Amino acid sequence: MYFGFQNISITYKKHPILENINMEFAKGRLTTIIGPNGCGKSSLLKTVSRVVSPSAGAVIFQDKPIQEYAPKELAKKIAYLPQIHTSPKDITIWTLVSYGRYPYKKFASGLVEQDYLAIEETLLLTGLKSIEHRLLNSLSGGELQRAWIAMTICQQSEILLLDEPITYLDVGYQVEVLELIRELGKRLKITVIMVLHDINFTARYSDFVYVLKDGRVYNYGTPDEIIDGKKMKEVFHIGSQIIFDEKNCCPVIIPEKLT
Amino acid sequence: MKTFQKRTAIVLLACVCIISTLVCVSVGTIFYTIPEVFQGLTVPESPPWLIIWNVRLPRILCGGMVGVCLSLAGCILQGVMRNHLASPSTIGVTSGASFAGYLTLVAFPQYYQVLPAAVITGSFATTMLIYTLSYQKGVSPVKMILSGMAVSAVFGAFNDIIRTFFSDHLANTASFMVGSLNGCVWNQFFMILPYMAAGIIICFFLPTKLNILMLGDEMANSLGLRTEKFRLLLIAASSLLAGSAVAVAGLIGFVGLIVPHIARLTVGSDYKYLFPASIFLGYSLVVICDTIGRVILPVGNLSVSIVLSFIGAPFFLYLLRKRVG
Repeated sequence: MYFGFQNISITYKKHPILENINMEFAKGRLTTIIGPNGCGKSSLLKTVSRVVSPSAGAVIFQDKPIQEYAPKELAKKIAYLPQIHTSPKDITIWTLVSYGRYPYKKFASGLVEQDYLAIEETLLLTGLKSIEHRLLNSLSGGELQRAWIAMTICQQSEILLLDEPITYLDVGYQVEVLELIRELGKRLKITVIMVLHDINFTARYSDFVYVLKDGRVYNYGTPDEIIDGKKMKEVFHIGSQIIFDEKNCCPVIIPEKLT
Repeated sequence: MKTFQKRTAIVLLACVCIISTLVCVSVGTIFYTIPEVFQGLTVPESPPWLIIWNVRLPRILCGGMVGVCLSLAGCILQGVMRNHLASPSTIGVTSGASFAGYLTLVAFPQYYQVLPAAVITGSFATTMLIYTLSYQKGVSPVKMILSGMAVSAVFGAFNDIIRTFFSDHLANTASFMVGSLNGCVWNQFFMILPYMAAGIIICFFLPTKLNILMLGDEMANSLGLRTEKFRLLLIAASSLLAGSAVAVAGLIGFVGLIVPHIARLTVGSDYKYLFPASIFLGYSLVVICDTIGRVILPVGNLSVSIVLSFIGAPFFLYLLRKRVG
């Protein structure tokens, strides 16, 4: 298996959050995990950053559990952006992006030429070059999110996990950020795994979708297979109309109150 | 603020250190002019030589080092707890450390040399205690401050008990009790120097990792930093620093709290600049406050901690108001 979750269970204070989760992510594709609040989506992603350790099962990367990799080696392969970011607000975009080079740093040495090149390239790719000296506290929500994504891109990993990357953003920035993620994923051949709440954005931007419900994998497939009235009713307890967006070639859901 | 400006600020602060040392050497019951100070520093057996080398310089260097240690410890603790109200005195580390010091002085008065080690151990134990008490999926700021206050009160009470019942044992350790640099001599300076030096040297290797830690545990972990291990190292380093400071000068509050803040206002949050700025600011602040205490009264000394409290307490209140309000 290239990358995925194998029989992962998580319990918190003897209460099971996730039970026997199996997921496999195709290389170079964009996969989204959706599901109702509290279904354990974020906890699942946290097992990758090793902040949450599963009570059973393992996260597998190239046929080996991630625990078998040295932390910095793993960080060169897998990048993760949590939902809530904390950082000092008086650093520049450039500085934030440079933190993505940490896994490449040798003991007691500073940034080397290769790091400067990587930072430069990332800033150009993410369109932040012109504002690289701005402080984080002067940025709009969308710019800030872009800066954080740039930081994870600067890690030059093969896999990028994003926990609700568009929550708290207005719809303009939501589209902008998702377009950026899709474009970067394609251009750099990164395997992207996101947790999203918006079903329509999920349908438009994902190659593959996993649906979680009550701590289990409820269903998985391409957006066309997943977005269907009966399934949405069972997972989110909504009624829905589903139409097809010809321009973006994806289904669109119009949620309604369940009658 | 540009990198160049930050570097300039740090160089200026270093100059302040040197100037404050020279000025504070010249000020006292006998005032020396600058040429006399240079004469006193360089010409053995000249009239100012005796006072400068035997009295003023050891005291100033002790004070300066105490300031450096407390400031660095404050910087580190604020990073570990990810909270700007953390400092060796606000979370009770200094009380725990001085409790260990008192115990040693009472139980093994003949082994004065083990004092630093005992105080450092006490400070480590207290930091771990407060960290454990306030840890719950990350350090909760409210819990940290409250448990710090409680722990501080308990150790404060123990300290009072020891002072009440064993006052004769502690007769010649007055400076340890009141947070003062009175009677600091070379012996003390050299006794504590290795510990302080070790602590300061460790600090040279921390900035990059501390910067990463400030991004939150999840982010730091996924960047390949073992956060739990690193936290332990930080707690050990801050205990080493705070403990050595307590071993020399006892309970000196506020340096560890206000210096990191002033440094942050001057050079920003990047630890690469924050550490050097804190070192120079901490040194100057304690040396200057101690000198004010030495000369402000017509007769006798005001201890450095009293002068610092007069400056530090209002600043702390201002800070609380700004953060909470």
